[in-house]
Amino acid sequence: MSFLELNDLRVHFPTDDGLVKSVDGLTFKLERGKTLGIVGESGSGKSVTSLAILGLHKGGRAMISGEIWLDGEELVSASAEHVRTLRGKKMAMIFQDPLSAMHPYYTVGAQIVEAYRIHHHVSKAVARKHAIDMLGRVGIPQPERRIDSYPHEFSGGMRQRAMIAMALSCDPELLIADEPTTALDVTVQAQILDLMRDLQQEFNSALIIITHDLGVVAELSDDILVMYGGKCIEYGTAEDIFERPEHPYTWGLLGSMPRLDRARTERLMPIKGTPPSLINVPSGCAFHPRCAFEGRTGGKANTQVPELLETEGGHLVRCHLPREERRAIWENEIKPNLESV
Amino acid sequence: MVTYIIRRLIWGVVMLAIVSMTTFAIFFLVPRLAGATSDSLAARYVGRTANAEQVKIAAERLGFNDPLIVQYGRFAKGIVVGADYNYGPGVERCPAPCLGYSFLTRLPVWPDLLTRLPVTISLALGAAVIWLIAGVATGVVSALRRGSFFDRASMSIALAGVSLPIFFTGIVSLVLFSYGRPFAITAPGGSFTPFFTNPVQWAYSLLLPWITLAFLYAAGYARLTRSGMLETMNEDYIRTARAKGLTERVVVFKHGLRGALTPILTIFGLDLGLLMGGAVLTESTFSLPGIGKYAIDAITSQDLPKVMGVVLVTAFFVVLANLVVDLLYAVVDPRVRLT
Ligand SMILES: Nc1ncnc2c1ncn2[C@@H]1O[C@H](COP(=O)(O)OP(=O)(O)O)[C@@H](O)[C@H]1O
Ligand code: SF4
Ligand SMILES: [Mg+2]
Repeated sequence: MSFLELNDLRVHFPTDDGLVKSVDGLTFKLERGKTLGIVGESGSGKSVTSLAILGLHKGGRAMISGEIWLDGEELVSASAEHVRTLRGKKMAMIFQDPLSAMHPYYTVGAQIVEAYRIHHHVSKAVARKHAIDMLGRVGIPQPERRIDSYPHEFSGGMRQRAMIAMALSCDPELLIADEPTTALDVTVQAQILDLMRDLQQEFNSALIIITHDLGVVAELSDDILVMYGGKCIEYGTAEDIFERPEHPYTWGLLGSMPRLDRARTERLMPIKGTPPSLINVPSGCAFHPRCAFEGRTGGKANTQVPELLETEGGHLVRCHLPREERRAIWENEIKPNLESV
Repeated sequence: MVTYIIRRLIWGVVMLAIVSMTTFAIFFLVPRLAGATSDSLAARYVGRTANAEQVKIAAERLGFNDPLIVQYGRFAKGIVVGADYNYGPGVERCPAPCLGYSFLTRLPVWPDLLTRLPVTISLALGAAVIWLIAGVATGVVSALRRGSFFDRASMSIALAGVSLPIFFTGIVSLVLFSYGRPFAITAPGGSFTPFFTNPVQWAYSLLLPWITLAFLYAAGYARLTRSGMLETMNEDYIRTARAKGLTERVVVFKHGLRGALTPILTIFGLDLGLLMGGAVLTESTFSLPGIGKYAIDAITSQDLPKVMGVVLVTAFFVVLANLVVDLLYAVVDPRVRLT
């Protein structure tokens, strides 16, 4: 069994407007020392997935089913109290906006010390030493001085580093970073991503990076999972996804990916239309209202839900198009377009 | 920080000067608009037996014929260095801070206020402790159990508490709890025992007024705490706190309540400052000899110097409370810079 395994995970929220199927049957595996990128437009269920793994989905209201196996333990059926003791120690999380994710009234140091002392029964002085050490390791200059600063006294990048230091303070075996660079500007983004790569090698943890931007996970990820409307629509190694993607939505993401050799605002082929409603999910293939190839599936696109099928060597795709046709479209119609600009 | 405090103190003195000028002008003009002359005002000091000549002399000596500005100057000077009142039969020394002489008792106002201040402070502080604990606790539980029976019941009671006047809740509590009543918890009203004389008796004599006054405020604090907690418990930093593996109790109190407490602290300081000027209705309902009762008695007997004294003392506490609250704000919220 892998270190982390999700098995048909579903997280649904009953609301006044109907049942929101935020995560609808997600299955994947992740080993220690490996990085999984979860990619999808906003609203595709990425955050809910990560919160569910930590047991932080809004308890009473959410309906959760399926299995989450972490190091041989099943978490969906585990007691809330037991999952709490794993949080922060066995699995930790880095959030998108470090300004709002850190308590404005406590110093950065106090917040790291707190995180450490929940799981380690040490004196404040020892914990403080450890916090200074962590701040130094994430590249904060003069950590013994900065430890007493408040979050608002840090720059955005420094705050995210502090957040990373906090998450890593108990040496978690699973680290989930939910849009860790989205709130930062481009140069800082690159620094934070470098830092995360270095730290992951050092700590040998399993890492999940969640993002709406394929560019962020391009270099970091071993595997990539593309999510659409609460479901996985393509899964494979980073090479599979970047070199031989087979799902029209993944093509769209690749086309809208900002690249260093292009101005950031200039998008090659943005995906037309808007993300699907998670209450009234489009019939058949949830992507069909936005798909340019919908007509080539012989009328199945809006009547039959495509299954997630293996195309080759662990590369999974959820699309009615025959494998040969997908490959032909990628080679002849999509890839040349992506490279020409 | 120090310059900030100095500037605020100066500003506070200016505020008090403005308040004193305004009240002085009003109390100078009100009797005159009502037809009083310098002589009829002076007559209140020398007594009914005096003849017209004596009254005229007294009016002159008390300075009632001087222009408004001169009279205010004398009044202000009296607050700072004290004053001598000469009304014929003798000269009365009124030491600083001299807030003037009562028309009726011919006693200086300040010592009167001083004897009443302990009552008002006892009432306000005791009630404040009760309402802060009860209000915040109710608000927190309501927020955490949003929509539950407890939430709906306590918020309905809170709504009643905010809307019902003291003389109603006060009389209800008198009927229910006072001496000889079914749920008697207090001695006959109106007997204030100073804390240093007998602390137990002190608390006993104030219990009913405390509860009555606290009920009114607790209601508002419960609502304020509830809405503040609902807001902060949705903040990202609460999710972070949970992600660290903190127990829910620590999440709620150390992270949630800490975030919700700032506005409560502000209101608390201002409420307390204002209450130092007397809880008028509570004091009258329970016949407590505090500042508020003093003010009511002064108004009904048209003893203007007393009324003015109460206004100034109240203004002083409000200005002071404002300063303290602003300073505390910077302590509580590190993002606040005092400049
Ligand atoms: N507590 C909740 N109640 C109802 N709907 C929710 C809740 N949390 C998330 N959702 C919905 O689930 C969907 C997926 O959200 P999320 O996982 O945050 O998307 P993203 O991929 O952008 O991280 C969104 O449509 C969101 O509105
Ligand atoms: S199943 Fe049809 S509509 Fe859905 S992605 Fe594939 S081609 Fe497009
Ligand atoms: Mg998200």
